[in-house]
Amino acid sequence: MEAFDYIEMKVPAKAEYIGVMRLTLSGIANRMSFSYDAIEDLKVAISEAVTNAVEHAYGENESGEITVGFGLYEDRIEIMVADRGGSFNLEEVKSETGPYRSDEPVEKIREGGFGLFLIEALMDEVKINNKYGVMVIMTKYNREEEVDMDDDQVSTIQ
Amino acid sequence: MTEGVIMNLSVRINEDSNLKVLEVSGEIDAYTAPELKESLMPLVKESGKQIEVDLEDVQYMDSTGLGVFVSALKASKESGSHFTLKNVQERVCRIFEITGLSEIIDIKAAIRGGNE
Repeated sequence: MEAFDYIEMKVPAKAEYIGVMRLTLSGIANRMSFSYDAIEDLKVAISEAVTNAVEHAYGENESGEITVGFGLYEDRIEIMVADRGGSFNLEEVKSETGPYRSDEPVEKIREGGFGLFLIEALMDEVKINNKYGVMVIMTKYNREEEVDMDDDQVSTIQ
Repeated sequence: MTEGVIMNLSVRINEDSNLKVLEVSGEIDAYTAPELKESLMPLVKESGKQIEVDLEDVQYMDSTGLGVFVSALKASKESGSHFTLKNVQERVCRIFEITGLSEIIDIKAAIRGGNE
């Protein structure tokens, strides 16, 4: 299995923690040498996913948690945002997700208006799993780490 | 002049007779957007006014900010006011462009490298 570092955080499902997740991701992505623009994209994407969980996962008188997981790979970051408090196994969850389709499970998320649209525009891959509450899994590649995409040498990477 | 400050956002209104400038600074997200909306909506609901929202000191905004500005745009069309965004930073501009809202909202981007 591909080696990666994994960081997981749980925060109360409250709007005041959206900025906290944004700052956390900014720190992690900076550590991974993502570019300034890529970090700004990541900040918007995670805020959209956490906002969606805050606004739609729990009823008004219900308190809950949001679990955010960061998978730090050599060439990319994977971010998971889940709106049920339970901890999750990265590989297990990944094996149960399909490519994002514009039909059913997204229904819930569409209420956020432009939220999911922005996530898709700013990230390289987005998957939605709604088996245990709604979970968004999104990936962004660190272009800085790659050989110039137009360069023929790109084929030697893997 | 009225001023409201919550943790990550501050809003200040400068009123002239027909021109009202709302200066916003900080980050616009789901936590701070209600404050922005509360300040902006009464302004755009007045008829025949010119409202400018100055976003020079806003470095971060997500879709909740877009939601506020879409509501403001609708309200201004109903009241016959004119609503514009000015000094919009590159990153914030990008969010309007990606979503296509830059086509329907009157946006003036910040001069690259700041206005000094």
